Amino acid sequence: MTQAAALPETGGARPSPLRASNPLTRLLGDLRGRMFGTRRDALLSLAVLAILGSIASAILPWALVNATWTGASRADCTGGGACWAFVASKAPQFIYGFYPPLERWRPDIAFSLLLVGLVWLMVPRIPGKAYAIAFIALVLPITTFLLLRGGFAGLPLVPSDQWGGFMLTMILAVSGITFSLPFGVVFALGRQSKLPLIRWFCVGFIELCRGVPFLTVLFMAIVMLPFFLPPGTKPDPLALAVGGIIFYEAAYMAEVVRGGLQAVPKGQYEAAMAIGFGYWRTMLHIILPQAVRKVVPGVVNTTISLLKNTTLVMVVGLFDLLNIVSAGVSDPLWAGSQAEGYFIVGLVFWLMSFGLSCYSRAIEAGFARADRS
Amino acid sequence: MTPPLIRLANLNKWYSDFHVLKDIDLEVRQGERIVVCGPSGSGKSTMIRCINGLEAYEQGAITVGGELVAQNDDNIEKIRQRVGMVFQNFNLFPHLSILDNLTLGPIKLKHVPRAAAEARAMELLERVHIGHQARKFPNQLSGGQQQRVAIARALAMDPDVMLFDEPTSALDPEMVKEVLDVMIELARTGMTMICVTHEMGFARAVADRVVFMADGAIAEVGGPDAFFSAPKTERARQFIQQVIH
Repeated sequence: MTQAAALPETGGARPSPLRASNPLTRLLGDLRGRMFGTRRDALLSLAVLAILGSIASAILPWALVNATWTGASRADCTGGGACWAFVASKAPQFIYGFYPPLERWRPDIAFSLLLVGLVWLMVPRIPGKAYAIAFIALVLPITTFLLLRGGFAGLPLVPSDQWGGFMLTMILAVSGITFSLPFGVVFALGRQSKLPLIRWFCVGFIELCRGVPFLTVLFMAIVMLPFFLPPGTKPDPLALAVGGIIFYEAAYMAEVVRGGLQAVPKGQYEAAMAIGFGYWRTMLHIILPQAVRKVVPGVVNTTISLLKNTTLVMVVGLFDLLNIVSAGVSDPLWAGSQAEGYFIVGLVFWLMSFGLSCYSRAIEAGFARADRS
Repeated sequence: MTPPLIRLANLNKWYSDFHVLKDIDLEVRQGERIVVCGPSGSGKSTMIRCINGLEAYEQGAITVGGELVAQNDDNIEKIRQRVGMVFQNFNLFPHLSILDNLTLGPIKLKHVPRAAAEARAMELLERVHIGHQARKFPNQLSGGQQQRVAIARALAMDPDVMLFDEPTSALDPEMVKEVLDVMIELARTGMTMICVTHEMGFARAVADRVVFMADGAIAEVGGPDAFFSAPKTERARQFIQQVIH
């Protein structure tokens, strides 16, 4: 305590280097004040810097300095560092899977549509968020499905077993994220229903999904569904995976949303009822907007776990990003490129998850501003 | 004589074994202002919450404009549109602006065009002296301002009757007057009002009748001057003593 009193933090009465005119000097001064303000702070900061430095010194030479960027096979990678030539030469397959090379403009259009939808939704200045949601929830999935599958208007049919790579991961993730929240809301409301049958059904569904690993759900679906289908028909693995992800994650979303519903005060229900709103209007206009705001962090948490769960679809024979990279590293030309392949997969998933986190924080900050101002 | 706007006939209600409302009989005519008072736990709030079906009752009947109030009836939402309610804790919708708090009901339930609903809302906000705050959100307003917005929100549905459930009990003392003034102005417009409140000044200023409740039953009904200066029952005398001091 005495030490803290003897060395006040910058921003106190002491004239600080913050006043320096040069921005760089000012930044350095600011950092020095915050990281090395007291002897204890300085020790902690140095320790963290040492750890970061040792990690960087282990990775950077491998990933950048000694890396090989071009080549036709693993034999060309002689620098002793990462063999990014492997990733470069396999990139089309990592992105599109086994989608016919001549038809890859179709996934490109789908990617562009997704990008348009995301920018529309996420950039606060663009108006019409309700239309953006309708676009992502209705237009995008239908267009993407028709476009990728083809089989009409001169577009050659590309069956879903040729879809793969990053494209497939995005299909699973976007459809899962888009539809698991609305279904989760339905299950959460159903769980609180006054009608016992609806309540029991929803409780049963939620507890079943939460009690079983996702892998088991997929295995059971692929093994058991054929018993219930007409003989000779085979379930489409992609449809199974999409449906499985949506409903499995909906159970988790339902529990997150339920927490939000319980946090809305009883007076809000009463005020809505007193105006004359029935159950659905009360929920839609009064309760759910408040409940969902309260649980943004939980929803994003579930969304990120959903994103990473998509890699499990390899058990039903789908080649998502992770699985196709696994297939790529077994190419004899590139034998021994596991490190590069999995590094890239990790990086892609990390970027997507981190993007979701940032978006979530922006939303929360927006709500906090609206609450405070 | 016109039939009463609101009629409570032989109303009885229990919370499991506890008999909260006992044989309540009350008729309120169009334009009448009723103040309901009584010690806490006497069933005042429960009674007025029965009138718009926020609470169910077990025996007797409540009618509003001749229509029976029954909680599980499809008609209840129509009745609630005709019965405005102001709560002790305001219960404004925190995620909507003040203006949207007022227009949501008329737009969604009465299908009033947005422009017309907003014009009417602004008029009501002016009436409760809060027009310049229309674009703000509820938690940016003081308690007194929020309660005035809540009154305007109830009025936006053009109700036949307004119920007030202890509208000033949750307010800081210096904000009580601004809310009571709005309620007095409202009373002068001829609105039918049933107010659960201990504000004797308000009762003396506007009430046609004071209904005194004790232990779930109506113990005494009278004009405000007669009731406050010469209560007929011992129970009411004790209560008035406590409210004054």
